[in-house]
Amino acid sequence: MKEFLEGSRAIAEAVRLCKPGVISAYPITPQTHIVEELAQMVANGELRSQFVNVESEHSAASVVLGGVAAGVRSFTATSSQGLLYMAEVIFNIAGLRLPLVLACANRAVSAPINIWNDQQDSVSLRDAGWIQLYAENNQEVVDFHIMGYRISEDKSMMLPVMVCLDGFILTHGMESVDIPEQEKVDKFLPPYNPLYKLDTAEPLTMGLLADPDYYMETRYALQETLKDALKLIPKVSQEFRGVFGRDYKDCLIEEYYIKDAQKVIVAMGSVCGTIKEVVDELRAKGKKVGLLKIISYRPFPYARVCEALKDVPQVAVLDKAVSLGAYAPLAVEIKAAFFGKKKSPKVISSFVAGLGGRDITPESVREIFRKLNQREINLEFIDLKPELLQEEYGQ
Amino acid sequence: MDNSPLFKAGHTACAGCGQAIAARLVIETAGPNTIIVNNTGCLEVFSTRYPESAWNVPWIHSLFENAAAVASGVEAALIYLGKKENTNVIAQAGDGGTADIGLQALSGMLERGHDILYVCYDNEAYMNTGVQRSGLTPFNTNTSTSPIGAKSTGNIRPKKPMPEIALAHGIPYVAVASAGFIPDLQRKVKKALSIKGPKYIQIHVPCPLGWRHETDMTLEVARLAVETGLYPLIEYENGTLVSRRQIAPKPVEEYLKVQGRFKHLLNNPAEIKQIQEIADNNIRKYNLKVENQASS
Amino acid sequence: MFGPLVVKPSKSKGDKTGAWRIKLKPKFLQKNCIACKMCFSTCPEGCIQGKEKNTFNCDYSYCKGCGLCALVCPKKDIVMEEESEGEKK
Repeated sequence: MKEFLEGSRAIAEAVRLCKPGVISAYPITPQTHIVEELAQMVANGELRSQFVNVESEHSAASVVLGGVAAGVRSFTATSSQGLLYMAEVIFNIAGLRLPLVLACANRAVSAPINIWNDQQDSVSLRDAGWIQLYAENNQEVVDFHIMGYRISEDKSMMLPVMVCLDGFILTHGMESVDIPEQEKVDKFLPPYNPLYKLDTAEPLTMGLLADPDYYMETRYALQETLKDALKLIPKVSQEFRGVFGRDYKDCLIEEYYIKDAQKVIVAMGSVCGTIKEVVDELRAKGKKVGLLKIISYRPFPYARVCEALKDVPQVAVLDKAVSLGAYAPLAVEIKAAFFGKKKSPKVISSFVAGLGGRDITPESVREIFRKLNQREINLEFIDLKPELLQEEYGQ
Repeated sequence: MDNSPLFKAGHTACAGCGQAIAARLVIETAGPNTIIVNNTGCLEVFSTRYPESAWNVPWIHSLFENAAAVASGVEAALIYLGKKENTNVIAQAGDGGTADIGLQALSGMLERGHDILYVCYDNEAYMNTGVQRSGLTPFNTNTSTSPIGAKSTGNIRPKKPMPEIALAHGIPYVAVASAGFIPDLQRKVKKALSIKGPKYIQIHVPCPLGWRHETDMTLEVARLAVETGLYPLIEYENGTLVSRRQIAPKPVEEYLKVQGRFKHLLNNPAEIKQIQEIADNNIRKYNLKVENQASS
Repeated sequence: MFGPLVVKPSKSKGDKTGAWRIKLKPKFLQKNCIACKMCFSTCPEGCIQGKEKNTFNCDYSYCKGCGLCALVCPKKDIVMEEESEGEKK
């Protein structure tokens, strides 16, 4: 049913439909409304779930680890500092091969402390072994949570899924969203049936010490499983379309006017909405531009990216994070995708924008299209304010 | 506790390990309807080296500081499944994993009132990483990060009062036990598991390697700690002291001299006096001294 | 794909830690034993088994020779004695 509601509430509705038995909550802006909505649902008896108010994000992740290890679907949400604080547990959950969905309300990381949106937090944990899906709008946020549990709990996966949504922009934005019916969700998402769990009827030992004779194979298995996820995600996306009607194609990328484009911007998250508007505007003027939206950042869909962009002469990658001292994280993936390939863009320019919540306006996007030409740009910050910079301290 | 043990032989603890004795007794007393959540430490490392596992009960290890939090999640899951009534949940860790890095998660678990028994195996240092000082290392102990030297007689701080900290959370059961007093330990575990709510048991477990004593001295050393008043065996129910093991106090020197980690104190009466004061304070505080029988 | 992950305890045989013994091993005299089970409770390995009086013995493939059982037996019915290299098998 279509409702006009705040993103956080939409997430709570999606989570409620997935019926998790254990929810852990620790507040951090801009995720707070999500856990508050869930708390209210539990208090009203609308959601039968053990709601555990923990004393830190590290414990929030630990509680859901325990919950799913004991065989119960679990959920938590966090952001920025919270995600970094629980980073140890994030790696642990993937390594223990436990399925989970975690909502990350993307927010800049300290220091300086900043509560507004960029993608540095989840991007910084790209090595952890989680599937990371980036949502453009609140409909995607809702749908990715539901698909997330289905993907995560698949017996070939048993891997956690992080649904990344831009903080404030999506969490606090009011949008018209279709909240699916419970029957349809039940049809699409069966109850969690663990491959292994803590059960006195069948004792198991989980989390053993693996010395050099055993460790590497667990990591290899994770890598292979994430590669398999590139096949599973499209399959689940088509199943989703069958039940709910919305088509995310392969749910790895979205191609927007790529076919004959001369210039394409690659990006993740809500900024894609803005880019689509500028693409529409420029196309109306006869300019051949397009957008490649990355949905699945991990596993990274190298083959799909190559297929989509191989005939596009000029590509700009827009990052809302930076691997300080080196590169912009999404740009380097795009470059790596084409290395050694016969057909590839002539120019792949890297732009960083929107850090700490600095607005990426349609003008910023037009600026990127303007700067994208035959001269490849290694890494440029868009909308920078040079007046705030001093070469030496104390000027 | 019989032919189908819940904690199997073949683990790689040091010979004479106090923690192995206590851990085995805890799970055998708790029985097969128990799920264990274990922090990183000696116990976890020596009992679960892939592909071997000593545990015949559901058992999980996550990280160093979060047994209490993971156990909270397990307990919540069991409640959701309607299985909590029949299942014990035990979170266990060493002294470092409890009093230092694990204090936050433990405090949260106690405050939220989960039905979990938390067991702290206190061997008074970070033993698994090489005998480093922890918050529960006693005053004047020689450890690798509080070593003795020309300017030091060892650890400069007293033990963090963990049982009191647990007690301050207002939980229904707090007890201190020792590997040297086995029936008492078994009784306390059984008692704890019969109570609903968060429980804390701290068990003194000598470490032959870290404390530097012979492997067959483990029980004797543990007993001396109690009999000198340095490790009072106390038991609280709902905030009231319901039992304490009374002693005919021995001088602390008897306990110190059998361990290499205190060897440096034996020529240092001033330092021994300070340790004796700690023992005397305990004896006074908990009224540990056995009353002399009045002759008729 | 899955790598080394979860262990079924029934599949675990443990290490044969009996090989750790250096000099001494416990001899269960089975003469004055009162089946108090103190040796059984004390053993850090849990490798002592027994039911009635004078039936207690240990599994030498796991016994590390720590000597605690001998010291704790109230009837001194366990003694630590030297074993030769050949005997250790």
